[in-house]
Amino acid sequence: MALTPEEVRKVALLARLELSEDEIAAQAVHLNNLLLQFETLKDVDVSGIEPTSHSIPVYNVFREDLIVPSLTREAALSNAPEQRDGCFVVPRIVGEG
Amino acid sequence: MSELYELTAHEASKKLASREISARELTESALSRIDAVENRIKAFITLTPKNALAQADAIDEKRTKGETLPPLAGIPIALKDNLCTTGVKTTAGSKILYNFIPPYDATVVSKLLTAGAISVGKTNLDEFAMGSSTENSGYHTSHNPWDTSRVPGGSSGGSAAAVAAQEAFIALGSDTGGSIRQPAALCGIVGMKPTYGRVSRYGLIAYASSLDQIGPLSKDVLDCALMLNAICGHDPSDSTSTATEVPDFTAACRSDVSGLRIGIPKEYFGPGVLPEVAATVRAAIDRLTELGATAEECSLPTTDYGLAAYYIVAPAECSSNLARFDGVRYGLRSTELAGHIGLTEKTRDEGFGDEVKQRIMIGTYTLSAGYYDAYYRRAQQVRTLIRRDFDRAFETFDVLLTPTAPTPAFGIGEKSDPFAMKLADICTIPVNMAGLPGISLPCGFVDNLPIGLQLIGKPYDEATLLRIAYTYEQATAWHKQFPKLS
Repeated sequence: MALTPEEVRKVALLARLELSEDEIAAQAVHLNNLLLQFETLKDVDVSGIEPTSHSIPVYNVFREDLIVPSLTREAALSNAPEQRDGCFVVPRIVGEG
Repeated sequence: MSELYELTAHEASKKLASREISARELTESALSRIDAVENRIKAFITLTPKNALAQADAIDEKRTKGETLPPLAGIPIALKDNLCTTGVKTTAGSKILYNFIPPYDATVVSKLLTAGAISVGKTNLDEFAMGSSTENSGYHTSHNPWDTSRVPGGSSGGSAAAVAAQEAFIALGSDTGGSIRQPAALCGIVGMKPTYGRVSRYGLIAYASSLDQIGPLSKDVLDCALMLNAICGHDPSDSTSTATEVPDFTAACRSDVSGLRIGIPKEYFGPGVLPEVAATVRAAIDRLTELGATAEECSLPTTDYGLAAYYIVAPAECSSNLARFDGVRYGLRSTELAGHIGLTEKTRDEGFGDEVKQRIMIGTYTLSAGYYDAYYRRAQQVRTLIRRDFDRAFETFDVLLTPTAPTPAFGIGEKSDPFAMKLADICTIPVNMAGLPGISLPCGFVDNLPIGLQLIGKPYDEATLLRIAYTYEQATAWHKQFPKLS
């Protein structure tokens, strides 16, 4: 069940990567190679085995809802490619086209 | 001993405390070494000599006033460039962060600043720590100090090369599938990945959050313990850091392995491992049994599936973590105007390198609707089996001993096939999947290139790893050998 270039393009959109036609072709080869390597996992009997997401038991960690010192707005914006009036500037999203 | 940069951190620390030398002298020695060799090693992305000297003077002033300072006070160190440092550019080896100046410090960085350690710079890495050679860095490839035509390993290759070339006394790296231990082995130094949860990951630019762990690369085992003492412990800013008590790791560094049971998992000595490497590691096992430990073969049957499971789990987490790079809040922003989604897509296409794109793509695919059970869930189930293998082995053994890497350092450009490159981590990946502590230490040479052995421990039992590593180290002289660069 090799991935077609069309399916690779769909994954690229989900991943928010604009790939050139050459990159799509290269990714298709690479992804299909990896998927082939993953086939080996089908040899493992995993029936009834719980999945492990973390090697240690991780639970929700709560704290008191207190205001504590954190980054200032100026610091948080200090790396912004574009900012205005204390906000990050993004391309227009609503009302395009 | 002719130059201060040749000292270990613990030797330098004593000389600083007794005021035989000053932090400025020590820092100047490290900086002069950097001046002399860095053009051949290329361990660093950013050097911070001015900051380092200013910090050194501040430490000296405190000592002059008679203050007693922590052991790392005045010791020049290096930080992997995926650790956030206030005011100092932090790139994670990626073009997408070419101009990122963090407004905060990683928890390990603030701990080290408090301890008085002096950072001389930020070390090179494979982009976002994805790789085993530094060849995936968005900036340059670092060189192995033992043979500059070869890679230093990776992803913490810059940190390993900096310590082996004696440009810094200790360095911090991060280890997701072997990224501290493998470069430590290839550069002939000590490298430890602590138990998952030992060290706060706050301010570590994430690759795969359930696997990433920060740890030291050092000239010897005692230096490793000194650094662990400084960086371990619970942090409210990282909910996966645990409140487990942190012992004094230097106390574990004593020469005594009597009665300790070492398991030798046979799967780690299979056909994927160069016979000369396996023989070197087996000789080290013999040495340890002469010193009083017992060693016996055992089996971790799920080992062979570790690599495939890792290359599902890690890219899945990476595809999610790297979604934050969208050209809005920091880093690169494409100058092409293309609406919101278009801007994100163009920024990521311009900013990410090939390996990172590949991992994001496979991670996105295995997490997408319809494929989740076949890949991601199954990989997580295999992860459970890997952990069970280890748990079973630890019913019989105190530690497990394996090669750290299947070969010595390979040539720059030699592994063009990405899957061949991934095999460099076959001995280290299962340890991350199980969240266990692992240490690599030098155990010999093959063709004049250093070989490392890996000790794998029970959760939170770094102390036993250090004890065995220290005993072996003190009975051998590998750790006293450094590459001749001048």
